[in-house]
Order: sequence, then C-alpha cells, then structure tokens
Amino acid sequence: MNDAFDLRIAESHIEVHKFHGGAIVIATALALLVQTFVPVYFSKFSIIDLPLLLTIYFGLSRRNPSTGLLLGMVIGLLQDSLSGPTVPLGLYGIAKTIIGYLASSIGARLDTEHPAARFALTIFFVGVHQGLITLTRRLLLAQPETFFTVHLAIAAAINAVIAVALFALLDQLRKS
Amino acid sequence: MSVIPSRHKSLVLLTGVVVLQILLLAVQIKRDSQGRLIRVWTVGAVSPFEKAGTSGIGRIRNVWNHYFALQNTSRENEDLRRENGSLKLQLTQLQGKAAEADRLAALLSFRQSHQKVPMLGARVIGASADTASQTISIDRGERDGIRRNMGVITADGVVGKVIEAYSDTSQVLLLTDKDSGVGAMLAESRIQGPVGGTGEPLLAMKYVANDDDVKMGEAVVTSGMDRIFPPDLPVGTVREIKAGSPFKQIRVRPAANLERLEEVIVLLTLQPLELKKAAVPAAEAAGSKTSGEAVTEKR
Repeated sequence: MNDAFDLRIAESHIEVHKFHGGAIVIATALALLVQTFVPVYFSKFSIIDLPLLLTIYFGLSRRNPSTGLLLGMVIGLLQDSLSGPTVPLGLYGIAKTIIGYLASSIGARLDTEHPAARFALTIFFVGVHQGLITLTRRLLLAQPETFFTVHLAIAAAINAVIAVALFALLDQLRKS
Repeated sequence: MSVIPSRHKSLVLLTGVVVLQILLLAVQIKRDSQGRLIRVWTVGAVSPFEKAGTSGIGRIRNVWNHYFALQNTSRENEDLRRENGSLKLQLTQLQGKAAEADRLAALLSFRQSHQKVPMLGARVIGASADTASQTISIDRGERDGIRRNMGVITADGVVGKVIEAYSDTSQVLLLTDKDSGVGAMLAESRIQGPVGGTGEPLLAMKYVANDDDVKMGEAVVTSGMDRIFPPDLPVGTVREIKAGSPFKQIRVRPAANLERLEEVIVLLTLQPLELKKAAVPAAEAAGSKTSGEAVTEKR
C-alpha cells in the first residue's frame, strides 16, 4: 500500500495526513509482534488489541476509505493468521476491514485530533469491532457468543486510554 | 470506464473485500483447516522475531538483574554496593543454579515415572494475536516430531494439546480456551467428567451428577478417556461447587500455571497412553518450570 496519497476529499478543511515511508508497515508489524509476544510474559496484556488501534488510527488519519479498508483487511488477516487454527482466516479480517472503512469515513468528516474525540471514537470502534466478531461467529461459525459483557466494557475503556497515548506517539510518524 | 460513481467506489470495494473474506471463511468451514499456507507464511515470518524477542528479553532480564538493579543500591554507599553487588550476583547465580537443579530433579523424577512416554521439551515463544482465544506458540514443530493432537504438559499438570504443527513451531490450545477439553476424573472418588475451558482462568468440570459427592479442594486428574493424555496426570483442583440442573456446576483451578508458561513438555505420541502410577506425583515433583532440553527424547 502506498503511504502517500493525494486524494482530495470534499471536506477540504479536514487535513489529510501523510506518513513517512514504511511507517505504516513497520508500525503494523511491530503491533502484531507485540500483540503475540507480550502476553507470554504479561497475560493481562491480551485485553489490548493493538492491531485494532492501528487500524483505527491510520483510518482516522489518512481519511481515505479505500486505503482504510484495505489496510484493515491486511491487518485483520495477519492477526487471523497469528491466532491459530481456532480462529478462521477472515474473522478479524472482516471486522477490521469494516472498522478501517468506518474510521476513514468518519475521519474524513470530523476532526479527530483531540484526545477526547479519539477516546470516544476508540470506545465506539472497539464496541463495533466486537459486535462484528460476535455477529460473524454467530452467523457463519455457529458459535454462541454474547454481544455485550462487562469484560468488553472494561476492554473498550482500557483500549481507549491506550489509544490516546498511542495515537499521540504515532502522530510523530506524520510528515509535517 | 467509470461505471461506478467515484463516491461509491470505496463502498463497492468494501462490499467486495468483505464478501471475499466471507467466502474465505466458508471455504475453511467446509474444508477443515484449508488455507493453511498463509498461516505457515505468517507464522514463519513472525516466529524468528518471537524467538529473538524471547532470547532478548532473557538477556535484558539478566542485564537488569545483574547490573542495573544492583547499580541502584550503589547510590547509598559505593564500597558497600560493590561488595553487596558482588554477593548478590553470586547469590543470584547460586539461586539460579539451585532452582535449575530443583527443576531438573523434578523433571528427572517426572521423567522416570513416565519412562515409556516419549517427551520433548519446548520453549513458549508467543501467544495468540486473538484477544479471545487461549493459544501459545512453542519453538518445536514437525521437524522435532510434533504432530496435531499431541498432549502438552508441564511437571505441574496438563497444559493443552497441539492444534497446529508447522516445520519449526507449533501452536498449542490451552486448557482454558473455550474450545478445549480433557477427559478427567476426581482423584479420590474416581468420578469421571470432562473438564473444559471457559475462556476464564477457571475450568469447568461437566456431567457430574448432583448426587455425587465432590469435595472442595479435591484433585482432578486425567482419566485417559480422551486418548491424548495418560491417566492420573494432574488437571487441577476443585474450587467451586454449585448444585445445578441436572448436573453439578464444578469449577476447577488448573494445576499448571497457564498464565505464565515459559517451558512445556510435548507428549510425542498419538497412541493411547497407559502410565504406571508415578512414584512421585507430578504435582509434587513440580519445581516450578520445566527445562526444555532436559526431557528431550524423540521417538
């Protein structure tokens, strides 16, 4: 995927951010590595979904639905691949494709630079993401899953807090 | 060429990509475990980094324990710190050797009591990228004789089973995963009931009638009925008992520390196993961890 694009969106007052070459690829690879590596030493870390946070961030920043959904698809399929045979390829792929699309579409219409906006949007996206996973499991895999649990609420809040800090860090990768 | 209005292109792309992935899912469901190549590629690409990371963390730990942590104490008194640091270093080394000796003794004891079972030690190098499933990656694969459905244990007890074996790495489904299960029985009463994961730290023992007498803290061991694990390996201990309809609701704490696994043992056989009663029960023999190489034995 090309890191630099020059799509001119209708809402020209919303800034479209570009990133340094390879930033997205490296950030994605690191996120997947950390996601599989850290829980070996700190099992509670698995409540954080770093690949999802990256999908949201790059979607919100780049504001191009096509690249957003394709990036989400790639990240999701890689996450599926690293999750073992109990997770069929496409489970996270579908969810993150849609999240990438939604994040880019919302990013193209709203200013999502403020930490409070990022916090709220992350909670929203974590909820939608889990909803999509549950829906896919129920409809396609015939696995009984509940749509809402206390664990999901806690996970959404924790991911949102992490997102605020992580997004600020990822802002440094932008071309000024 | 623009049959589709540009503002709808991304929506069409989204639909196409999602439909493709749904088809991908459907193919996998129909043909159990197809589409494995992308898994092999991805796992193959990531596992060297995981291995390097595991090794790196070990080194960082060593550097931290043996240098930086001791450096902090030097602020109070430089001379005392040097002497203290030196003593601590020696102590750490001796403790490490003592712990290693304990582990090896436990493993030797465990190994001697299960001599007929070919085993292979493996190091845990990764966890699942899926936040909901409970799987780990280990640094041994098909080249080492590992195959799907082989049992995985520690000296403490049952860990899970191999669900995918790649050439150099394997993925293990932990007992705590919702899709996991093991044939088990209560150690004292010998009442049988499968024990399965719930996605939470405690396991669930099923199909134990309300009339059956179950004691809190009673040990749960493997029954051998699943034809993966030999009988009498520790599974866990009973932590909760509630009357249910029609069966008791029994929660079991796993004997092995599944949240902090660093080394495991793979039972290198797909044949039903029959073991002699351990001279030293595995649970007692469990020092804390297992040593990968110490129990290595290939068929």
